[in-house]
Amino acid sequence: MQEFLQQLVNGITWGSIYALIALGYTMVYGILRLINFAHGDVYMVGAFTAYFAARLFGAPGPVSLFAAVLVLLLAMAVSSLLGVVIERGAYKPLRKSPRLTMLITAIGVSLLLENLGLIVFGADPKFFPQIVAPRQIELGVGVLVSSHQIIVLSVSVLLMVALQVVVLKTKIGKAMRAVSFHREASSLMGISTDNVITFTFAVGSALAAAAGVLVALSNPKIDPLMGIMPGLKAFVAAVLGGIGNIPGAMLGGLIMGISEVMVVGYISSTYRDAIAFALLIIILLVKPTGLMGTGMGEKV
Amino acid sequence: MYSAHYGAFKSGVAIICLFAVALSICFVFSCAKKTEEIRVGEFGSLTGTTATFGISTKNAIDLAIEEANAAGGIEGKLIKVIVEDDQSKPEEAATAVRKLIEQDRVVAVLGEVSSSRSLAGAPICQNAKIPMITPSSTNPKVTQVGDYIFRVCFTDPFQGMVAARFGHDSLEARDAAILRDIRNDYSVGLADFFIQTFTSQGGRIVSDESYSEGDIDFKAQLTAIKAKSPHVIFVPGYYTEVGLIARQARELGIDVPLLGGDGWVSDRLIEIGGEALNGCYFVNPYWEHDPDPAVQNFVTSYRERFGGNPDGMAALAYDAGRFLVAGLKKLASEEPEAFAAILGLPRPETKELRKEAIAKLRDIFASTEDFPGITGSITIDENRNAVKPAIFLTIEDRQYKFVGKVLP
Repeated sequence: MQEFLQQLVNGITWGSIYALIALGYTMVYGILRLINFAHGDVYMVGAFTAYFAARLFGAPGPVSLFAAVLVLLLAMAVSSLLGVVIERGAYKPLRKSPRLTMLITAIGVSLLLENLGLIVFGADPKFFPQIVAPRQIELGVGVLVSSHQIIVLSVSVLLMVALQVVVLKTKIGKAMRAVSFHREASSLMGISTDNVITFTFAVGSALAAAAGVLVALSNPKIDPLMGIMPGLKAFVAAVLGGIGNIPGAMLGGLIMGISEVMVVGYISSTYRDAIAFALLIIILLVKPTGLMGTGMGEKV
Repeated sequence: MYSAHYGAFKSGVAIICLFAVALSICFVFSCAKKTEEIRVGEFGSLTGTTATFGISTKNAIDLAIEEANAAGGIEGKLIKVIVEDDQSKPEEAATAVRKLIEQDRVVAVLGEVSSSRSLAGAPICQNAKIPMITPSSTNPKVTQVGDYIFRVCFTDPFQGMVAARFGHDSLEARDAAILRDIRNDYSVGLADFFIQTFTSQGGRIVSDESYSEGDIDFKAQLTAIKAKSPHVIFVPGYYTEVGLIARQARELGIDVPLLGGDGWVSDRLIEIGGEALNGCYFVNPYWEHDPDPAVQNFVTSYRERFGGNPDGMAALAYDAGRFLVAGLKKLASEEPEAFAAILGLPRPETKELRKEAIAKLRDIFASTEDFPGITGSITIDENRNAVKPAIFLTIEDRQYKFVGKVLP
């Protein structure tokens, strides 16, 4: 039982990371019907921005809590800028082209970022400095939670709540929902769809960057290709929850993280990647719209 | 349209002809200018997940060859090392070795550190009948590829046995857990040899978990291991993953020692693992504070030349380089004619002679006895493996401490 609970804690931590990345996939899909394959690489850029920002603030030496928060915000800002540049530079000129063209462009942008990363940062993995000291907290019955896991969980919950508030309670959120419901119609109603799309990319990329920083903090090794696998798995998580559906992406991410950890813990690590794609195949066979994708769900 | 295409075709042909002429001129010149150096190849991971292995190895080989060249080379002829980076990938290693042999026409190949990558390169060397000396690939399969493949380090059966005995006798562990890198020949082999000895001594393996090189999260496996409460965890992996594993094990409240092999050897291990590695043990080819003057000379000149202390991989690479130099020297003094045939690039008239000369060089390597390496005295056995001692180190507050030496 103790082992199971500990695995659950590990799984939820990873699940919330996947959920954060999956949100970006799902929001962009909701609005543009585009699977943004460069999303995983935005996550990587977020982690590297944090790496350099942390060194600027004096890491690997001790870093104040304020600086640590600043590192996170800086990474999110740089990545959302990158997301906007990608959208404006690569996708916007293709708005009227077939969807396949955009999809292939997305793969191209992804390869560009990865190889640029290899040139700029080098293939050698970097050790991410411990900007928050790790500490263990016992949750009764022998289940241990590290301070990093708590940070991962609380930051991702905070960001997801913030996202829900933005989407449901603000004007721009209303515009996002409108554009996702019907782009042409909302544009006729006077909504500047281009601005809404840009905003969506900015928010999605910021969330991916936050995920990158959180992963780097709890598993301190980063390299330019670190975004490929988490990106793919978060995409599967988004499909699992119902692509285009925000609560679906969170649920999909959690299921993904937990099932992965359980498979590794109880069966074998060789099935770690297999489980993600097995889930994808099953969901596509059984319920292609995803767990929460009923078609009329609140979409963005 | 047609004429435009035809025009492009014509200019294409013209360019190709121009290249051909330029190439043949280069060829004539390079033949005319007799290059009299001894061409040796090296392939290693200068970038990628095990970059410190490749860099330490290259530095130390450079040092060994520079020292030999500065001392007059071999009968006045200089050794030239041609280095290829394999980016820590086996498929790149095969390409690198093919290039060294077919394009650079080297007479011997040094490398690799990782057994998986040595296994990718070894069959190519064996087919081309070019001797390959791996400084630090410990998996037994490497030298089993053929009679042209040598190593100057100990093997995994020996290393695994030593580690298991150490765990059983010195750490008094009865229940051991294994966490191996399932995609790595070295790690899988070493884990098996550890299990063999450990169980034959009456110990139990309570858990056998795995991961894949490049993973960053090991908590699921470690949680499963923790539930079996072993006395020691054997982690026969490479430093990047080991550092993360140590850190995550401590985060999960696992405080038993981790035990490992020579794949731990890197300064990055401590950078990544930090204090989590306190009280962990691993097998190392040498000890940098060994009072032996040969070791101290090496450490000093390495530090002067490259800054930073030489790790175990550097020590083995230095021995591999000196082993190669010693072989070439012996060839030069015993078979001057054969030695002359391996100089420079192969020429049509000496093609057969060169082949025989390289075969003779192989025989010299195979008959090495009591070669005084800084990682211990090296004798090449009938399977082209080095018979030599192993050293145990522990980590205390980011420092390596000597624990003991095990003779073969």
